[in-house]
Amino acid sequence: MFKFFLVKLSQLVPTFIGVTIVAFSFIRLLPGDPILLMAGERGISAERYAQLKSQMGFDRSLVVQYFDFLKGLLHGDLGNSLVTHAPVMNEFLSRFPATLELSLFALTFAVIIGLPAGVLAAVKRGKTLDHSIMGISLTGYSMPIFWWGLLLIMLFSSTLGWTPVSGRISFLYFIEPVTGFMTIDSLLAGDWGAFLSSLHHLILPGIVLGTIPLAVIARQTRSSMLEVLGEDYVRSARAKGLSNFRVIMVHTLRNALISVVTVIGLQVGLLLAGAILTETIFSWPGIGKWMIDAISRRDYPSVQGGLVLIAFIVMIVNLLVDLAYGVINPRIRH
Amino acid sequence: MALLDIEGLSVRFKTSSGLFAAVEDVDINVDRGEVWSIVGESGSGKSVSMLATMGLLPWTAQVTADKMAFDGQDLQQLSSRQRRRIVGGEMSMIFQEPMSSLNPCFTVGTQIDEMIKQHLGGSRRERHERALDLLAQVGIPDPARRIKAYPHQLSGGMSQRVMIAMAISCNPRLLIADEPTTALDVTIQAQILELLLRLQEDTGMALILITHDMGVVAETAKHVVVQYAGRQVEKQDVKSLFAHPRHPYTEALLSALPERAGDQDRLPTIPGVVPGQHDRPSGCLFNPRCQYATEHCREVEPVAAPDDPASTLCHYPLDHPAAGTPPSAASSQDSPPQDPLSSNPPSPNPPRPEVRP
Repeated sequence: MFKFFLVKLSQLVPTFIGVTIVAFSFIRLLPGDPILLMAGERGISAERYAQLKSQMGFDRSLVVQYFDFLKGLLHGDLGNSLVTHAPVMNEFLSRFPATLELSLFALTFAVIIGLPAGVLAAVKRGKTLDHSIMGISLTGYSMPIFWWGLLLIMLFSSTLGWTPVSGRISFLYFIEPVTGFMTIDSLLAGDWGAFLSSLHHLILPGIVLGTIPLAVIARQTRSSMLEVLGEDYVRSARAKGLSNFRVIMVHTLRNALISVVTVIGLQVGLLLAGAILTETIFSWPGIGKWMIDAISRRDYPSVQGGLVLIAFIVMIVNLLVDLAYGVINPRIRH
Repeated sequence: MALLDIEGLSVRFKTSSGLFAAVEDVDINVDRGEVWSIVGESGSGKSVSMLATMGLLPWTAQVTADKMAFDGQDLQQLSSRQRRRIVGGEMSMIFQEPMSSLNPCFTVGTQIDEMIKQHLGGSRRERHERALDLLAQVGIPDPARRIKAYPHQLSGGMSQRVMIAMAISCNPRLLIADEPTTALDVTIQAQILELLLRLQEDTGMALILITHDMGVVAETAKHVVVQYAGRQVEKQDVKSLFAHPRHPYTEALLSALPERAGDQDRLPTIPGVVPGQHDRPSGCLFNPRCQYATEHCREVEPVAAPDDPASTLCHYPLDHPAAGTPPSAASSQDSPPQDPLSSNPPSPNPPRPEVRP
């Protein structure tokens, strides 16, 4: 198992190098200049411009700049934001828990609803229930996030007034950040009202962000279940006289999960990407909103640093998924 | 009272082009401790009829029967819960593909344990002891180590032994073996058959062996059912079946045995294949491949004569002392009955399909 882990880990190295190149060049390919943007409408003198450019190190060749970035990265230093002058790492880490909390909530929502829906659709295949579940999930999958989010806000926040429109918690509460997770921190502080308020704020963005993963998980679960249901060993399980529930939930689902877990892992990358839109709609103070701001200001260090960190997290999650295979499927473990 | 009493069993599958009768009007009557064999080519509906008995067919199958009783209990009337108590417990089954019949996610021990827990119960320790004992009974070396193995770590023969151990774990009174040796090496085949027969003798359970190999039938069964294209064409004791096959299909199967081919260079074969859903002929289903077929065979579906103990589904059963000799079978009656295909009977009136040497 440990050797398996090391092999998988070493396979990540070339991917990671590729990510750094893409992240570094991506923001520089965009038209626009951070110094000119900083100067704003009043403009800037040529001498001052050259001075700032050399101060920020942008006058050196791209190759030198790239290796400088790489060197800093290996030391855990992503440079300072051009806008706030704070280290990019700190900026990222202070916002990441908000995004993680939202993504985990969305993923939990997607799995809790999507997995049983997929199993149910497979068991009732060809029936009305199957068609309804698959129809709804296709609709959910095709829905543009920003539009879906606005629709839900209009219905639940404006018309019905059930959920708040934006933010992580009501202004009434101030919670000292410990983990960065508003729900956990409010529980740690023992403030029940704050906990409910933070949960209340999570629901709508969580549903919006979780909709596409939910649809993907439901569809994948269904097709994977249908495939496994036709296997000989499922017939053997029935021949043992086991209850239908046990045949489905133990003998079939366990094998079907192997491909579902892959898809869930892939959704994590999608969640972080989707979070950018969802956070913008719901003014959620996470890395999505931060990245959008950084891109619009051409804050090179923040953008490249943020991209590399997000890619790194996605890679780690996929590594964990690979390890999860080993737990589920003994053929990989041995 | 027979242990397994099935009359008029039919299985139809819903397909996109309508219902397909995979099994029609099959009777089987198995008494306690008897060894039966169901024989026929692929597509004869052998497995389907037994899967229907076990209740293991997919939802597209419609199973009907005039009678379907196990030990006096009407299987069609039982609730699914009551039926599950019989399936796996008193009546169990092993399958053709041992490698894919075990769940890859669980150890051998877990899978045997699950079955014992379902039907016999007992403490964890008792069940573990029983599983070890069963593995030893089916000839698996070092059961204490093998019980922790996953299916992918076992060979085909070992997997089938595990399947057998599982099938007999709850002391069934009937074991159905669906081509248990087809997927295995020839050397292993004999071992598995021997094992099944030994267990049958030791425990006194009844055994139904589904096979397409007449050689296996000769070595194992006491009673034989011959199926063709979903129909039961003949039912006899093994001795009289081999000595006096009544249906031309049985005769053709027997003459394909190497032992019966005599000194021919090549074994006789039956031309053509079992008809599927779309190419079922009119009249007798076997007529396109039958060397004795007449115009009558091509037009009228045969029914078994009421006085025929073998209930042969043929207009002109072979070697029948009571019935008159059919025009086409007359010539073959002259040659020795066990080897009619190797002789060359003069051509009867209707042209016969060619029997390749």
